[in-house]
Amino acid sequence: MRAAAPILAAVVLLALVPVVTTSSVVLNFLVIALLIALVGQGWNLLGGYAGQYSFGHAAFFGTGAYVTAILQVRYGVNAWLGFVIGIAAGAAVGAAIGALVFRSGLKGSYFALVTLAFAEVLRIVASVAPITGAGVGTLIKLDLRPEAFQFQSRVPFYSIALVLVAISLVLVRAIEASRFGAYLVAVRENEDAAKALGVDTTLVKLGAMAISAAMTAAGGAFYAQYFLFLDSGIAYGPWISIEALLAPIIGGVGTVFGPLLGAIVVKTLSELAKLVTGDAPGLDLVIYGSVLVLVVAFAPRGIAGLIADLRSKFGAAASPEHGRG
Amino acid sequence: MAESLLHIDQVSQRFGGLLALDAASFAAEAGRITALIGPNGAGKTTLFSIVTGFQQPVSGRIVYDGVDITGLPPHRLARRGLARTFQVAQPFARLTVRENIAVGAHLHRPARADALAAAAQVAAAIGLAGELDQPADALTVAGRKRLELGRALAIEPRLLLLDEVLAGLNPSEVRDMVPVIRTIAARGVTIVMIEHIMQAVMSLAERVFVLSQGRIIAEGAPHEIAADPRVVEAYLGHGAAQRMTAGPAHD
Repeated sequence: MRAAAPILAAVVLLALVPVVTTSSVVLNFLVIALLIALVGQGWNLLGGYAGQYSFGHAAFFGTGAYVTAILQVRYGVNAWLGFVIGIAAGAAVGAAIGALVFRSGLKGSYFALVTLAFAEVLRIVASVAPITGAGVGTLIKLDLRPEAFQFQSRVPFYSIALVLVAISLVLVRAIEASRFGAYLVAVRENEDAAKALGVDTTLVKLGAMAISAAMTAAGGAFYAQYFLFLDSGIAYGPWISIEALLAPIIGGVGTVFGPLLGAIVVKTLSELAKLVTGDAPGLDLVIYGSVLVLVVAFAPRGIAGLIADLRSKFGAAASPEHGRG
Repeated sequence: MAESLLHIDQVSQRFGGLLALDAASFAAEAGRITALIGPNGAGKTTLFSIVTGFQQPVSGRIVYDGVDITGLPPHRLARRGLARTFQVAQPFARLTVRENIAVGAHLHRPARADALAAAAQVAAAIGLAGELDQPADALTVAGRKRLELGRALAIEPRLLLLDEVLAGLNPSEVRDMVPVIRTIAARGVTIVMIEHIMQAVMSLAERVFVLSQGRIIAEGAPHEIAADPRVVEAYLGHGAAQRMTAGPAHD
């Protein structure tokens, strides 16, 4: 299928990285970028396609992470099974929050604030509840066997992250080309008009939120296995809610590749900023922030939008050797 | 009298201290065009919103096809074949005309390709074939009105509520649109239209109801309504009918 070709190309390109280099710095950087791409793709389905801007995707990330970790640490559940249950738990939390929020008709900034509030409540609960290890956090025992979803080298982690991102790309592409996808976009563009055309907008948003939460929870569960440590600030902290929305916004909201493009650019920027400023504390964040402001100001549709604009401007005239992007 | 597809029975609506609808009743006969006219603020759009489930009335019943549908949500009503257009066009602004209409066509067509193909057919029927791949926000006012109509048609309605689809059009655009509406009715779709352009009402509607200050004050064939002194007064003020028949005012 023609629509699947760009996804295949991107995944193959990324899959070749470990062939070129096994540098743990490079792979670590890419694992984090892919993790953000996955979490961001979750946000993108709900925010970019359905137009429901969440500020609280940490709620799903943290649930995926904690469920995976706690099942292993406290109940001796196999890590892979824990991973799957973590994703399901994230989806369930998404559906539960969605049912409460959408049925009470909260939209726009109210939706954003309520999702933020849910994430913060979960963070506070996790910081005191004994089951999460409260202030001490949860440490997954080192057990470097593939059966335990732990690996000596970074290459398997990188491969798994890539597979997860590939699945998320294919899934969102499939949704985009389906009735459900058309309904998501209709809800984003005009909810009343969608209702008048027979769209059960509450159900559509609920579905989007559950799938969105599942993808983001997969990121959280992966994080738990990769770092083997969680505390409430990591799992449910605002940092991941921000990463989840920044990547797609920078990359292009409501596009299949937006989150992946955005995640790579954002992570590259933040690493470059650290490199340039050396150890002046916080200066890297200033540079990082300034670049974000510029991107949002001059490319409101993100990098994907910018590429589309440049293509339509120069695309027809460009000679093949210049036609990149 | 033919069987009525839609029957509105003593519907009242209140917004705080304002009684927007005061026990309004009317019926739309199956397969015909019924017009709902009345001065601004009479409650016409409120009545449409209630019929299509966007608002709940404080009292009264809506009976559609023999079933009480009062209080059902809009998407359930759409699935029963009840479509509406919005007075202020509500396009999916960043989607193309084809994609806009396809959202409606999806109601009975799960597959994307089928919905897109049906959308192209509907667009051709309402004169938007040339704009299929334009984004909705690039359309003219007349184009947007057609798009409203096209999306509503795409759900294959039995009852179509048109809320001022001719408003904002110039006379030649109105002349183009009237036959489109007539064709839809000829295919067996029952139409209720809110309209201010009396020429169009006269040429399209078989029955007219007049709503004023939340009450149905008159009903009848278009020529009867135009001559009804109560209707003239509703539009022009108390005593206007008398003054008009008496000749130039001299008080």
